[in-house]
Amino acid sequence: MNKNKHVLSITVENYAGTLSKVAGLFTRRGYNIDTLNVAETMDSNISRITVTVTGDEEILEQITKQLNKLINVIRIEDLTRKRSILRELMFLRISCSKESRSEVLQISNVFKGKTVDIAPRSVTVEITGDEDKNNAFIELMIPYGILEIVRTGLTAIERG
Amino acid sequence: MKMLVADAIVECLRLEGISTVFGYPGGAVLPLYESLRNSSIKHVLVRQEQSAAHMASGYGRVNNTVGVCLATSGPGATNLITGIATAYMDSIPIVAITGQVNSGKIGTDMFQEADVVGSSEAFTKHNYLVRDGRNIPRIIKEAFHIANTGRKGPVLIDIPKDIQNEYIDFEYPDTVDIRGYKPTIEGHVKQITRIYEKINKAKKPIICVGGGINSSGCKEDLVEFVEKTKIPVVCTLMGVDSYPNDNPYFAGLLGSHGYPFVNRAMNKADLIIVMGARFADRSTAVISDKINDQHVIHIDIDPAEIGKNVKTHTPVVGDAGAVLRQLNLLEYDNDIENWTDSIREARGEYMDENINRSFQESGTNPCKFIRAISDKIGDKAIVTSDVGQNQIWTAHYILAGNDRRYFTSGGLGTMGYSLPAAIGARFSADSVVTVTAIMGEGGFQMLMGELALIREHNLDIKVVIITNERLGMVRELQLNAYGKDSYHGVDVGFNPDFMKLADAYGIEGYLVEEDSQIEDVIEKAYSSNEPCLIQCRVNPDFPTLAHWRWQ
Ligand SMILES: Cc1ncc(C[n+]2csc(CCOP(=O)(O)OP(=O)(O)O)c2C)c(N)n1
Repeated sequence: MNKNKHVLSITVENYAGTLSKVAGLFTRRGYNIDTLNVAETMDSNISRITVTVTGDEEILEQITKQLNKLINVIRIEDLTRKRSILRELMFLRISCSKESRSEVLQISNVFKGKTVDIAPRSVTVEITGDEDKNNAFIELMIPYGILEIVRTGLTAIERG
Repeated sequence: MKMLVADAIVECLRLEGISTVFGYPGGAVLPLYESLRNSSIKHVLVRQEQSAAHMASGYGRVNNTVGVCLATSGPGATNLITGIATAYMDSIPIVAITGQVNSGKIGTDMFQEADVVGSSEAFTKHNYLVRDGRNIPRIIKEAFHIANTGRKGPVLIDIPKDIQNEYIDFEYPDTVDIRGYKPTIEGHVKQITRIYEKINKAKKPIICVGGGINSSGCKEDLVEFVEKTKIPVVCTLMGVDSYPNDNPYFAGLLGSHGYPFVNRAMNKADLIIVMGARFADRSTAVISDKINDQHVIHIDIDPAEIGKNVKTHTPVVGDAGAVLRQLNLLEYDNDIENWTDSIREARGEYMDENINRSFQESGTNPCKFIRAISDKIGDKAIVTSDVGQNQIWTAHYILAGNDRRYFTSGGLGTMGYSLPAAIGARFSADSVVTVTAIMGEGGFQMLMGELALIREHNLDIKVVIITNERLGMVRELQLNAYGKDSYHGVDVGFNPDFMKLADAYGIEGYLVEEDSQIEDVIEKAYSSNEPCLIQCRVNPDFPTLAHWRWQ
């Protein structure tokens, strides 16, 4: 992964408008969000927002400090710096004929992909992995013709 | 106890010690206004909602409390936003309450619906859209707490009309518990020791103070610290009244509109201690960034400000007052007399030269005029200034500090701030405090409807308009950028007769057209407890950055 890429895990109080405050802060201060996802935690009053951003140390420090100022933000962790597990789920719809289908599915199997849909001229697979694995899979599928990619963006957890 | 939400809002305000609110009514706040009618809280009807926020700002700044402003939904709320943004940039605590369309109708583009929470997001420390009336006591309690602690700032509460009409079990919480909000107050002990060592070693140290000294309420601790360390003090625009301007250790304003000798001293210093200041672009613009052997200590309650604009060697997160009290427990051993003396001499020479210089052409010398006001306002005074040349002249020639306060819009630079801020301040200031609002004709005419409040409430405010038939500061910037005669869009082609205007608003009017009239007019104006309007005509070519052209 690019060394300027950071995965921030932001725990927030689950009020309406919190996501907009977090996302708005990035826009306002001129920081780009690469991926973002959000869901409740064990405690339904608290949500986790996982954001990947690209920036040097100085930018990251400002992002973290500014996020910390938001009243509903409880905690921010830079999971790229820690021993953590990063994963992203993606769906790929790949164009293939009857003949090339088994080839595609074979490669998908190597990547521990799940076949979720088969149509006469395409297959759809579900892949979970870190960024490198997922990008490698996409590379391999390009020659067959990718019809659509849907990615969740990274989510992450610190090792126990 | 069952209570109508509108009544609960008013009760919460009362419990927060609010006796005056500034506002403008409309359909979406009818229930709230009905409750206000039945309460002991005084409602001051402004003439434009923007002023309500500025008045709340002035009102709160006097005693370090929170000012409250109200507006209806839609246009009322959007008008308020410039005022809220002004408070935000200067870290002034205010609570703004806006009405909203019925909660079930939000998002349907109803009459006078505006997404105020969304649009004020960038300008508030925090904001709330109330979705359940039962949350009102908690939200209002939190709002006051958030506004007036940590790095202070405005908080907005948007309350749909139907929710104002709900009934709730009312109980006001005693405490606030927000998981993600716990500002750091005390400075880290290790950093305090580090500051101590740096001060003892420094040969040319300087202290730079901002608005944080006022919001922390630690002016006396600062005076004590300076007595102990003998380090000269410079200030940002927000910090003009943070330290007594007539104290021998005071050097003056720094930055793009500061004194050249102050900026030179900043460049020469080997230790810069920044306290309660953002140290933003306007302050640091003229400071060379090529100085490598300078050590910067930055003390601020907002960790995000430290190291944001200038490289900081010793960061200290904490309240300026708490840190100063930690520092004042120590005895310092430094030898910087030559350095301090040289700055003191530079200040003396510069000030004398500018005040005594008579400008070649017709019109009053604004520096002399402002200094004459400064000599008359007494020990307890509030002076507000607007934005532009008048702001810089006031910052330079009013001797502020101690109980002589200087309020201006430093961060956003909002024209129109001066008059409403002075009105707000008058409502909370003790009657012995003089209140003077200084502005240009541009800024005055932005919110001049508020002049009506002076007679309506019999407020002793000296309204001072410095006229030059121009948007003076912009013209000066244009001339500096594009050369002689290169100005555009800054002629104020028509001015009302300000004396007749004063008359129309029921207050005395005075005109100063040349230096010889200054003393007489100021004497008359300040010898009574009556409000007045003073117009001071200055020559349009009189610059703020005088030293650039005169040297
Ligand atoms: C609301 C707003 N609009 C525009 C500006 C840009 N601006 C800064 S100073 C200035 C001129 C102000 O003129 P005036 O009020 O007459 O004061 P003077 O500079 O002559 O003292 C202007 C237009 C501003 N600061 N605020």
